[in-house]
Amino acid sequence: MATYLEFEAPIQELEEQILKAKEIALTTEVSMEDTIKELEDKLVQKTTDIFSNLTPWQRVQLSRHPDRPYTLAYIDALTGGTFQELHGDRNVKDDKAMIGGFGLLDGQSVMFIGQQKGINTKMRQYRNFGMANPEGYRKALRLMKLAEKFNKPIVTLIDTPGAFPGLEAEERGQGEAIARNIYEMMRLKVPVICIVIGEGASGGALGIGVGDKVVMLENTWYSVISPESCSSILWRSWEYKETAASALKLTSKDMKKNKLVDDVIPEPVGGAHRNPQENFENVKKYIIKALAELKKTDPKKRIDDRIEKFCEMGVWK
Amino acid sequence: MVWFKRNKEGITTSTKEKKETPEGLWHKCPNCKTVFTENEFINNLYVCDRCSHHERIGSKEYFEILFDEGKFKELDADLVSGDPLNFSDTKKYTDRLKSTIKNTGLKDAVRTAHGKIDGQDLVIACMDFNFIGGSLGSVVGEKIARAIDHAIKKKAAFMIISKSGGARMMEAGYSLMQMAKVSGKLGQLAEHQLPYISFLTDPTTGGVTASYAMLGDINIAEPKALIGFAGPRVVKETIGRELPEGFQTSEFLLEHGFLDYIVERHHLKKELSHSIRLFRS
Ligand SMILES: [Zn+2]
Repeated sequence: MATYLEFEAPIQELEEQILKAKEIALTTEVSMEDTIKELEDKLVQKTTDIFSNLTPWQRVQLSRHPDRPYTLAYIDALTGGTFQELHGDRNVKDDKAMIGGFGLLDGQSVMFIGQQKGINTKMRQYRNFGMANPEGYRKALRLMKLAEKFNKPIVTLIDTPGAFPGLEAEERGQGEAIARNIYEMMRLKVPVICIVIGEGASGGALGIGVGDKVVMLENTWYSVISPESCSSILWRSWEYKETAASALKLTSKDMKKNKLVDDVIPEPVGGAHRNPQENFENVKKYIIKALAELKKTDPKKRIDDRIEKFCEMGVWK
Repeated sequence: MVWFKRNKEGITTSTKEKKETPEGLWHKCPNCKTVFTENEFINNLYVCDRCSHHERIGSKEYFEILFDEGKFKELDADLVSGDPLNFSDTKKYTDRLKSTIKNTGLKDAVRTAHGKIDGQDLVIACMDFNFIGGSLGSVVGEKIARAIDHAIKKKAAFMIISKSGGARMMEAGYSLMQMAKVSGKLGQLAEHQLPYISFLTDPTTGGVTASYAMLGDINIAEPKALIGFAGPRVVKETIGRELPEGFQTSEFLLEHGFLDYIVERHHLKKELSHSIRLFRS
């Protein structure tokens, strides 16, 4: 069963009508062809209308849509089943909220790393809701260094409501782990592409988010804080999340406009989950093209460009 | 990102009181309640003589304590924040900036300066908590980045004194990317084999902890400072029980391996100068 967000109600209604019409056509002699055609046209029109006028808060909701594909689904699709997951930070444990390993993309070995959310209640807990602990960030760094050693490009897939704010996370240095990753990613000798595929919350996202290309899928968000937390801190109430979502300029379009990300990868009409195959194809095409381009630059220049890009971010007088 | 809570608790009062209080008045230690004359307290570097409580101080005081004869050249003193997102919460960001500049006499949450410490060149970037909770915005990132360039040019040792509630939400994505910017610059400093000393003071949390504060060649801290990634309130809510005694203090971080040493304000100049000498002799 598909899940519908509140603003998707008109879409749900039409899709149910189409289903009903098809059922009638199957079980009776009545010809429903024209009706179905008409409803389907209406559906395309309605979906296009709704999705071309989404508010920032609706984009945030879409980024968290329960049917949205998560990191492993992307990697499986991109590597055609050649992905081999690698585990552990060689220090404390294996963090289930952060996954990584090599896989073949278009015949070439690529290191994939990303936060992993769970697909059902049990798995959500197992994956700690995509909130990594320090050992997750340290595993990610270990794998990035491994890729660097063997001169393989790195693709990170970002989807996290934040780094885990737990007691043990603090004991084991959550701040240090994220800081170290940011510092080291700046200096990696191999091409790095970072793609926000869902939620890009603050330091938890940036901890695997420093690259030559930092890009967002169309219906994702990336900012320094979630709209809910921003509302509770600045407005001292949870009621202003929609206002906060607008104020933070956290959509892919705004982030691109403000030159805080390099590109936006378009999603199929209705969002990534409505046509995952088309969505994965878009992402794959983007990565292949970007990697080909990045490989033309020598490593030293690539690192300089990467640092320079981040240094240009900011507004002052 | 916990700055406003802190403001509410009245932690920013000390500098203000000093400004508004005529000489010869009293200072009461918030920890042990001992009363000192303002002069005694200042001469004791804003540390309680009885219980050793370190009062929060800002760039003005640290520059005076650390630089030889209190002399230094300030860098990029006039840089001020823009309002790239046209941000407004309960107050317009531009109004918040204006009133903060007026009330604190500061331009933003960091001041950078070049001077000498026991004759050795040192560039310091010192955060000011009084300025919107020491939050990390574009100006903080840019001034630190330029200070690092300056240290490289002058072959000077570099130090950041962190004191921050974390990100500046009113600059959202711009604020976040300052973490990457400063970290990238620190890598360039490292290439020149110039030492970077990170000095963590009360409080150092959020995005500052998750970037430059934890990246020192050595990380040092004042006693009993609050240092963490997530604020204590958030951690408490996450785990659903009381936090252990001393959680997220300097002493806790030293014990868990994230600090090289803790130094009392009285010994700060001597120890820091010695560290730099050991790196550079
Ligand atoms: Zn006292």
